[in-house]
Amino acid sequence: MAYILKVDNLTKSYSSGNRSLTVLNDVSFVIPEGSSFSIVGPSGSGKTTLLGLCAGLDTTDSGSITLCGTELKTLSEDQRAVLRNQKVGFVFQDFQLLPTLTAIENVVVPLELQGVKNADATGRELLEKVGLGERMHHYPNQLSGGEQQRVALARAFSNKPQILFADEPTGNLDEATGEKVTELLFNLNKEAGTTLVIVTHDMELARMTDHMIRLKGGKLIENKAAL
Amino acid sequence: MSTPRTSKAGFGWLLKMAWRDGRASWGRILLFMASTILGIAAVVSIQSFSDTLKDNIALQSKELMGADFTIDTDKKPNERVTFLMDSLGGYDAREVSFASMASFSNTDQTRLVRVRGIEGNFPFYGSLETEPATAAANYQSNGGALVDATLMMQFGISPGDTINLGEISLPVLGALEKAPGSTSMFGAIAPPVIIPHQFIGPSQLVQLGSRVDYNFYFEDTTTNLELLDQKVDPILDDENADMDTHTSTSSRLGRRYENFGKFLNLVAFIALLLGCVGIASSIHIYIKEKLPSAALLKCLGASRKQTFMIYLLQIAFMGLLGGILGVVIGLLLQQLFPYFLEDLLPVSLSLSISVPAVVSGLLLGVLMSVLFALYPLLSTLGVSPLATLRKQDTQNALPKKWGWGVFALILLSIFLISLWLLDNAKYAIWFVVGIAITFAILSGVAHLFMQGIKKFFPKHWNFEARQSLLNLFRPQNQTLILILAIGVGSFLISTLYFTKDMLLQEATLADQQDNPNIVLLDVQSDQREGVAQTIEGNEMNVISDIPIVTMRVASIKGRSVNDLRRDTTSTINRWVLSHEFRTTYRDHMVKSETLLEGEFIDSASRQGVIPISVSENFARDTQTNVGDTVAFNIQGVVMTTEVKSIRTVDWSRMEPNFNIVFPAGILENAPQFRVFTTKAGSETVSAQFQQQLVKLYPNISVLDLRQLLSILQDLLAKISWIINFIASFSIFTGIIVLFGAIRSTKFQRTKESVLLRTLGAKGKQITKIVALEYLYLGALGSLIGILLSLIGCWLLAWFAFETTFTPSWFPFLVLFPAITLLTLFIGWSNSRGVIKSPPLQVLRRGS
Ligand SMILES: Nc1ncnc2c1ncn2[C@@H]1O[C@H](COP(=O)(O)OP(=O)(O)OP(=O)(O)O)[C@@H](O)[C@H]1O
Ligand SMILES: [Mg+2]
Repeated sequence: MAYILKVDNLTKSYSSGNRSLTVLNDVSFVIPEGSSFSIVGPSGSGKTTLLGLCAGLDTTDSGSITLCGTELKTLSEDQRAVLRNQKVGFVFQDFQLLPTLTAIENVVVPLELQGVKNADATGRELLEKVGLGERMHHYPNQLSGGEQQRVALARAFSNKPQILFADEPTGNLDEATGEKVTELLFNLNKEAGTTLVIVTHDMELARMTDHMIRLKGGKLIENKAAL
Repeated sequence: MSTPRTSKAGFGWLLKMAWRDGRASWGRILLFMASTILGIAAVVSIQSFSDTLKDNIALQSKELMGADFTIDTDKKPNERVTFLMDSLGGYDAREVSFASMASFSNTDQTRLVRVRGIEGNFPFYGSLETEPATAAANYQSNGGALVDATLMMQFGISPGDTINLGEISLPVLGALEKAPGSTSMFGAIAPPVIIPHQFIGPSQLVQLGSRVDYNFYFEDTTTNLELLDQKVDPILDDENADMDTHTSTSSRLGRRYENFGKFLNLVAFIALLLGCVGIASSIHIYIKEKLPSAALLKCLGASRKQTFMIYLLQIAFMGLLGGILGVVIGLLLQQLFPYFLEDLLPVSLSLSISVPAVVSGLLLGVLMSVLFALYPLLSTLGVSPLATLRKQDTQNALPKKWGWGVFALILLSIFLISLWLLDNAKYAIWFVVGIAITFAILSGVAHLFMQGIKKFFPKHWNFEARQSLLNLFRPQNQTLILILAIGVGSFLISTLYFTKDMLLQEATLADQQDNPNIVLLDVQSDQREGVAQTIEGNEMNVISDIPIVTMRVASIKGRSVNDLRRDTTSTINRWVLSHEFRTTYRDHMVKSETLLEGEFIDSASRQGVIPISVSENFARDTQTNVGDTVAFNIQGVVMTTEVKSIRTVDWSRMEPNFNIVFPAGILENAPQFRVFTTKAGSETVSAQFQQQLVKLYPNISVLDLRQLLSILQDLLAKISWIINFIASFSIFTGIIVLFGAIRSTKFQRTKESVLLRTLGAKGKQITKIVALEYLYLGALGSLIGILLSLIGCWLLAWFAFETTFTPSWFPFLVLFPAITLLTLFIGWSNSRGVIKSPPLQVLRRGS
C-alpha cells in the first residue's frame, strides 16, 4: 500500500535545565495516501510534538520520518520549508493568521511563496468555498474565531497539499462551528484526495477518521482502524 | 522523489510582504523613524552649510585677501626683502598696521583699535564696504579715516567727527563694514581703522616695542603662485618674512571654519546616535511582536532568508524615509544659519544644496537604522516554525557571538562615520571611545539608580506613587533608553553652560583682589616716571612695571636657526625659529611660575655664560634641557646663554608671562620698553585714566580686562547659540524616543489601566500614576545628565586649570525643571488615549 508518511522508531526528548524529558518514545506508524488519520491521547502525551516532527518543524533525536517520499533528516531547514510549502497544509488550534494581512492575503501566502502570479482568483474561490466571500478584505481581528479558522482552512488548501496537519482544529470553537469546520475538512479531503492528520481530544471527531492512534506518556499504546 | 528546489517567490514578493506587514503598523514605524530624523537633519544641515561655506571661501579667495599674494614681515623690510620684491615686479599696494589707542572728538571714551595705514589701490579684488559707500573711494584723496562700523555705533560717532591717533587727528569719513584682511573675531578686540599710509609717520605711533606688521600686496594673475611660493618662501623665511597666496590663505581660513563645523557635526552625530539607540529599543519590541508571524511564515514554507528579508526591508525603507525627511529638514535648517552666524562669517554666502550632504543623509538614515535594528532583526532568523504549534517563549536567545558581532559592527560603523566627519583616525578613535565611555557611564549610573530604587523601594509611599515607580520596571520597559536619551541631552547642554562658566570664571577671577585689570603695553623707558604718576594720580597703584627686551633665537645647542630650518629631519617646533620673543629680566620668580627643574639664577654679569630660565613650553618646543645653550639675537647683538632652569607658567593669568627670563645684570642697557599693570576700581576711573593716558602718551596701548571680558562674553554668546541649537536636537530626539517608547508599550499600558479600572481605580488615580511615571523619568534623566556634566567639568577645571569654578544655576534652575516638565507633559498627553480606551477593545486585541 502506498503511504505518504512513515514514522520509524521515533524518539524525541527535551532537556530543560539539566533534566532530560523523553516526550516521544520509540513511536512507529504509517499513514496511507489519501486516508484520514487521527492522533489522540491525554494532555501532555506528546501529540503536538509528534505532529510538529512529522511536518518537519523540528528535528528528531533518533528514528526516521519519511514525508511524501523524502526522508526529513536529509533536508536542511530551508529545504523542509520548501517541502512544506509545496506538499503540506496546516490548521492550528489557535488559527494562526498573519494579523497584518487581510483574509484573502492570508489565503494566498503559500501560493505567492511558490511564485504563482495572480493568486487572488484562487484565493477568492477558496474563500467563497468556506463561505467567506463577503469578508475577503477583513483583517483577522475583525473576524470571529470560527471565521478565522475557516480562513485558515482556505489557506491550508490553497497550495493543494498532499497532506494536511491539523492540531485540534476545533479546540477553540463551539460545537456548531466546530462541526462546520470538520465538515469542510472532510469535504476537502474527499474532493482533493488530501491526506488528513488530525490531533484531537474529541473522540467523536477521531471516530470519523479511517485510522486512529493513541499516545500515552510518549508511547504509542493503540493503533487501529476506526470503526 | 527529488529534493525540493528552493522557493520561487522573488524580491518583488518580499517587497509586497514587507509593505503589507508594515501597513498596519505604519504609524508606529514612522515614529521609530522620527527618532533619527532630527539627528540626520542636524548632520545634513551642518554638513551642507560647511560645504557651502568652504566653497564660498575658496571662490572668494581673492576678495578675502584683496590681492593675488602678499608678503608680510614684522620689521621694516631689509635690503634683501626689498630686492626680492622688486624682482617680483614691485608691490602694488602696501600697508602698515599696529594696535593703538584711539580717541574721538564727540566722546570721552577711548578704545584700542587696529590702525591700518594703506597706500595704493588696495584691495584689487572685492571692495572696502563703507557707509556712505563713497567714503571707500575718497578716503585716500580726502585724507580721512574709515572706522569700524560697530565701534562707531557703540561710541555714537558719525561721519564728520574727528579721530585722534597719536599725534594726528583725522576726519572720520565713513563706517567700515567689511574689509579684506579684517576678521570679525579680532575686530571685536581691536576694531579696524583704515587711514592713508602717509599719516603713519606723522602719528609717531611706530616706536620701539610697537608690534607692527608690514604688508605688501601684489596683483599678479599670470604667475603660477604655488611655484612662486615654493621658491620665494624659504628665502623670505631667513629674513623673518612670509609670503601668502590668496589660495593658501583662503584654504587656511577654510580649514579653521571646517574644524568648527567638524566639531558641530560630532555634536549632531551624537543626536543621531541617540535616535539610533531609540530605534534599537523600539525595534526590539516591534520585532518581538512579529516573531509569531515570522514563525508562521516559516511554517508555510518561507525560508529563513525570506523571512529575515521581509523585516529587513521594512526597516531599510523606514530608514530611507527617515533619511529623506531628515535631509529636507536639514536643508531648510541650513537657511537659518547665515542669519544667526552673520557676525562670525568671513564671506557672504549664496546657499546651495550640497550633494554629498544629501547623499550622506540618505545613507546615514538607511545604514544607521538597519545597523541598530540588526540585533533584534536577527532573531527572525533564529525563530523556529515550531513556535506556531506551541506558545513557547519566542524570545529564543540568539547566540551570544551574534550580539558581539553586531556590537562590533556598530562600533566599527561609528568609527568609520566619525572618521569621515573628522578626517583624522586618532580623533575618530577618541570620539568612539569617548562616546562609548559616556554612554556606558550614563547607562551605568541609570542602571545603579534603578537598582537602588528596587532595593530601597519606598514601601510607605501611597499607592499611586508606588505603582508609578513599579511601572518603570514593567516588562519591555524602556526606562534605561529614555534616561539615556534625556541624560545625554541634558549632559550636552549643561556641559556647554559649565564650560562657559569655567572660561568666564578664569577671566573674572583675575578681576578680583589685587589682580591687575589694566595692562599698559609699549611704555617707553623715558615715559616710565610719567606713566607711574598718571596711575597714582588716579588713586591707583602700579602693580607691576616690567622691562621688555625683544629678541629672536639665533641658535639652539650650537646649530644656527637657518641651519635648523633647512634640516627636514629636525623635530624642533618651527615657530620658535622665527618668533620674536618678548623677554624680561628679574631677580625672582613670580606668583604664576613654579620651578620645574634646575635652579633660578637671580643675577649674573656679562662675563662668562649667561644663565637663563625658560618655560616648559619653550624647553619642549626647542628640545632643550637644563645645561643646553641657546643663543639670542638681541637687536643685532648675539648673546649666548645657558638654560639653568625650567619653569611651568600659568598662562591663563591676566599678567604678562614670559617664555624666557634673564637674570638681573645683563639686559639693563639693552633697547627696551616696559609693560605696566594696574587695577582700576571702577569703570569710570578706568575710562578717565585711559583718556588721560592717551592724551599724554598716545603710543601706549591699553588692554582693559573688563572690556575683554565683555567681548569674550559676546563671542561665547554667539558661539553657544549654535552649540545650544545642536544640543537641543538631542533633547528633541529624546522626546521623540519618548513618544516611540510610549507607543511601543501602549497595549501593555492600556491593559494595565483597564485592569486597574476594573479593580475600581478612578480615572484620576490612573492619570496620576502615569504622570508620576514620567516625572520620575524626566527628573532622573536630566538630573543624571546635569550631575555627570558638573562632575566632568569640575574635574576638568581641577586638573586642567587647577582651579575650582562656581557652576551657574541655569542647568539646575531652568534646564532641570524644564526637561522634567516637558517629559511629564509629553508622556501624559500621549497616554490619555491609553487611559480612556474602552476595556472591550483591549480584550479583543488580546485574542
Ligand atoms: N521545548 C520543550 N521543552 C521542554 N519540554 C517540552 C518542550 N516541548 C514540549 N515539552 C513537553 O513535552 C510534553 C508533550 O508536549 P505536547 O505539547 O506534545 O503534548 P500534547 O499531547 O500536545 O498536549 P495537549 O493535549 O495539552 O496539547 C509535555 O510534557 C511538554 O511539557
Ligand atoms: Mg497539543
